[in-house]
Amino acid sequence: MGNMKLTLKIWRQAGPSAKGAMVDYPVTDISEDMSFLEMLDVLNDKLVREGQEPVAFDHDCREGICGACSLFIDGRPHGPSRHITTCQLHMRKFKDGDVIHVEPWRSGSFPIIKDLVVDRGAFDRIQAAGGFVSVNTNGNLVDANAMPIPKPESDKAFDAAACIGCGACVAACPNSSAMLFVAAKVSQYALLPQGRPEAKERALNMVEQMDKEGFGNCSNIGACEIECPKDISLENIARLNREYLGASVAKE
Amino acid sequence: MAQQGLFGTSLAKKYWMALTGIFLITFLVVHAGINAMIFFNDGGVTFNTWAHFMGTNLIIRTMEIVLFLGLILHVVDGLMLWKQNRAARPTDYAFAKHNANSKWYSRSMGILGTLILLFLIVHLWHFWVKTRHIAGTMEPYGVDAAGQENLFALMADVFSNPLIVVVYVLGCFSLFWHLLHGFRSAFQSLGLNHKKYNGAIAFLGAAFAIIVPLLFASMPVAMYLGWVK
Ligand code: HEM
Ligand code: SF4
Ligand code: FES
Repeated sequence: MGNMKLTLKIWRQAGPSAKGAMVDYPVTDISEDMSFLEMLDVLNDKLVREGQEPVAFDHDCREGICGACSLFIDGRPHGPSRHITTCQLHMRKFKDGDVIHVEPWRSGSFPIIKDLVVDRGAFDRIQAAGGFVSVNTNGNLVDANAMPIPKPESDKAFDAAACIGCGACVAACPNSSAMLFVAAKVSQYALLPQGRPEAKERALNMVEQMDKEGFGNCSNIGACEIECPKDISLENIARLNREYLGASVAKE
Repeated sequence: MAQQGLFGTSLAKKYWMALTGIFLITFLVVHAGINAMIFFNDGGVTFNTWAHFMGTNLIIRTMEIVLFLGLILHVVDGLMLWKQNRAARPTDYAFAKHNANSKWYSRSMGILGTLILLFLIVHLWHFWVKTRHIAGTMEPYGVDAAGQENLFALMADVFSNPLIVVVYVLGCFSLFWHLLHGFRSAFQSLGLNHKKYNGAIAFLGAAFAIIVPLLFASMPVAMYLGWVK
């Protein structure tokens, strides 16, 4: 056991339409080797023992690949470090005696379910609107290596595909815009030959769904790129702007 | 409201924003260039010649209408974007460190634009409404050494008021911040982002944002201090 003492200011909200508030929780015996989520586990363990309602927060893989963990920590998505998720954030980033604010992602398009858990279904609906390639899977699959793709292109497609759909871009954006996410999802297909046949439809449909979900517009502020755990580049947003412009002009 | 295409959608609004923004930037080049003629220090003769050309040439007068339409589109589109962007986050964070991931002026384009708009209302009143639409405004200023209508003298008169000079300098200051983000942003909005050219665009944008507002601001200051006569 470690010996850090901290004061957490955590957003508590009993349900989707309940009124929420920031509540103070002192925590003790925190080791600097704990992840932020493990530190919350310690708090919840204590709350349960005391017969109080534990703090609801999202998590799954706890190794930075699923995108489930969220949390606006100390004024920034996923806390102070760059290129990591909250499960990869360690308490050594904080000092004994720190006061740490912990809030859910704030966006009208990500309604709060409980405490720190938000509904990111909007991302699923955007993905369903075009984030796929239609391939015939009934027995006549083409060998993946049959189609040569230049290394620089495949690297860029893979960089875009690294997006884990965590929503930090939306949380960071002053406009609550989902452009970085949508740009990554459009780009990962637009850069590969398999994605080209449906490229126009994809850009138009995914942006339409993005607008319908009520996300804000992109002002090229760039906060998303800084806070993205997977370092998704703003180049992807420019690519989406090109894809959409081309698709709008060319679509019959 | 359209759901796809070049009108009404989130991306379309940004294309129009970028196109009108770049159009306004090209206008600023012409405007600054012509006004800089006052620095010939020839009692405004060169400046008045150009001002007369701009005020009477049919092509320029037609472009003036396009300019107003472009400005109105930029303002209306910008305010619509601003409103939507505010509405997209109904509950704000209790504690947020915005400066850790972005610049304040990139986040303040709506406020900076509104300040520019307020300045433009004052500015248009001084030099456009009064000279073009209020008969007799120019009479007290007579003619210059070359016998031309003396817009230069009107300018000198307007900028003899220190309060007005301050308002103009503040207007230029807002324009500086607006352009520092806007110039680069317009390229990104139109999809023009390439490793090979990003450095050049950033440099050009910063240079433009500094030079043009500085040049504009120097005019009322120079006239107030009597550096140009
Ligand atoms: C001569 C004056 C002006 C120039 C040269 C100018 C230029 C620009 C440029 C180049 C952009 C970037 C567009 C983009 O992000 O794609 C921009 C954005 C913007 N402008 Fe202006 N502008 C001017 C006046 C105004 C005025 C009067 C307003 C009044 C409301 C305004 C409001 C905005 C807003 C809100 C944005 C940000 C839009 C967004 O990204 O969400 N601008 N401007
Ligand atoms: S673009 Fe980055 S921040 Fe946005 S959802 Fe994907 S991984 Fe998360
Ligand atoms: S829990 Fe999976 S990324 Fe953090």
